[in-house]
Amino acid sequence: MTALSHPLAAPVAASRPPFLASFGAIFAGQLARARAAAIPIFMAATLQSVGLVVLLKGLVDTSTAVTEQSVVAGSSVTVVSFVALNLLAQRFGALRASGALDYFGALPVRPSAIVTATAAAWASFTVPGSVLVAVGGAIFYGLPLANVWVIVPVVIAAGISLAGLGALLGLIAPRPEIATVAGQLGMALVMFLGLVPAHRLPGVIQAVRAVVPSTYAVDAFAESFRQHPSWTTVSLDLAICVGVCAVALAASAWAFRRAVTAR
Amino acid sequence: MTAGEVQDAAAVRDDPATVAAYPHDAYVVAGLTKTYRAKHGDVPATDGIAMTIGRSEVFGLLGPNGAGKTTLVRQLIGLLRPDTGRIELFGHDVVARPRVVPDFVAYLPQDDAALADLSPAVALETTARLRGLSRPAARQERDAIVDELGLAEFAARPIAKLSGGQRRLAGVGAALVGGRPVLVLDEPTTGLDPTARRAVWAALERRRAAHGNTVVLVTHNVIEAETVLDRVAIIDHGRVIVCDTPGRLKATVDRDVRLELAWRDEPPLTDRLVRELHAQAVEHGRRWSVRLPADRARAALGELTSGPLFAALDDFTLATPSLEDVYLALGGAARDLERS
Repeated sequence: MTALSHPLAAPVAASRPPFLASFGAIFAGQLARARAAAIPIFMAATLQSVGLVVLLKGLVDTSTAVTEQSVVAGSSVTVVSFVALNLLAQRFGALRASGALDYFGALPVRPSAIVTATAAAWASFTVPGSVLVAVGGAIFYGLPLANVWVIVPVVIAAGISLAGLGALLGLIAPRPEIATVAGQLGMALVMFLGLVPAHRLPGVIQAVRAVVPSTYAVDAFAESFRQHPSWTTVSLDLAICVGVCAVALAASAWAFRRAVTAR
Repeated sequence: MTAGEVQDAAAVRDDPATVAAYPHDAYVVAGLTKTYRAKHGDVPATDGIAMTIGRSEVFGLLGPNGAGKTTLVRQLIGLLRPDTGRIELFGHDVVARPRVVPDFVAYLPQDDAALADLSPAVALETTARLRGLSRPAARQERDAIVDELGLAEFAARPIAKLSGGQRRLAGVGAALVGGRPVLVLDEPTTGLDPTARRAVWAALERRRAAHGNTVVLVTHNVIEAETVLDRVAIIDHGRVIVCDTPGRLKATVDRDVRLELAWRDEPPLTDRLVRELHAQAVEHGRRWSVRLPADRARAALGELTSGPLFAALDDFTLATPSLEDVYLALGGAARDLERS
């Protein structure tokens, strides 16, 4: 019989860091890294959505309040998906392809901490841009600003859930090019489903809309623009988003572990 | 290493406290096999490898590119699961419980893409915290290692923007931070200038002398292997060809010496001796490298240097066999072992 460890095996070092310490270390590292890329990312993500807001004002029939709310809410969440879904899918795809995951695999850190901290850090980069588009769009369309603060929990919930999905895509895609394309398609999907009000979509697409996490974030934010928002609806929508967060992060942590030991 | 350092290292290694903490050898490997499926048939990346790495040893894995060194190392780190075989790390079964490895081992992979976005300072601090140090302790260690390896000049720049040697040095720093008893380094000194190389080896020796650290080093640089290793395993095609101290390995081919000649112009092939040497020489342009029995080499050199042929020679060297000669003598096909 072979014991898994000999009786006199060296004791496992008591230095395995707790989840929060690992989370903090990676979060701080990612933020430091982002400072270098902050301006270009901000510009790209924000200008895209500003363009959408302005373009759609001219193109769509904006006489219904629901449409206007959708456009502003959808454009704001698109900022989030650009960074969280698109860029993270690319980043994790590139990390995996270059064999960089070996570095993390050889450290006593939980994959869930790595994925969550990276997702949270990148999601936080989207806050300024989303707020800008939300406030600017609301003013542009003449929507009430009383509850525009809802954008902040919306961005956090949408950001982390989309980032988790982005990480998952990047880690399971067989090649980094596929990860990039998947991230871009995902962002396009989020944008389309977020911008077009639900009642204008055909039945099949409405079903797809129901399974995309950003939908709930968009709905929550759009709801906040009503004269008398239903806070139950907003809370429920955000809760679903947070639930998807947890699932997406768990799935990407699994994908991370699998990717580290794959080769 | 000075005599004093040798004694210190031995003292730490045999200190009852160290022995109590790590009674077993650092690594015991037996029957390790990993095969990859390929279109034209299975390729054994590691083929029945067995070795033992003792505590506080500086152990080398030497072999050409594609020999299977990195595949072996990834199995030692628990990143790759072998098809068959056993790996024990201080008595723990690595194959069954790979998560135990990061508690004992700091790994420096061949490439450093994970840290490329960060600056060396942030990379060191992050790695230290991920190894369980508190933030103040991590910062202290970061500063100490930045000083020790001479990273201060570029510690704040993103690693992606540094030269190859600077990146490597930052990677070595990330492996040293957090004080793990075993350091597994995959080609740590590639691209480093001599000063940086000395700094790395000084840092490793300091740790071995003070804390009894074990170093497992992957290299294809023969000169470095000869000077720093306690023992070396020569690997080719996934197998350990031989494993012993560099001195004992070189003794197995000590009948021969290596004569290196550099000709000023075209070699004078009209001369009988030169033609004889040419038949056996490995040529690199005007540089010839010939392995001969010692007495024949002496005679050849005597003739070359005493007559008119001396004017045709730019330079010559007579050297005892290197590990590369050991490798060749054992049937290796030395495609790209480095001598620098």
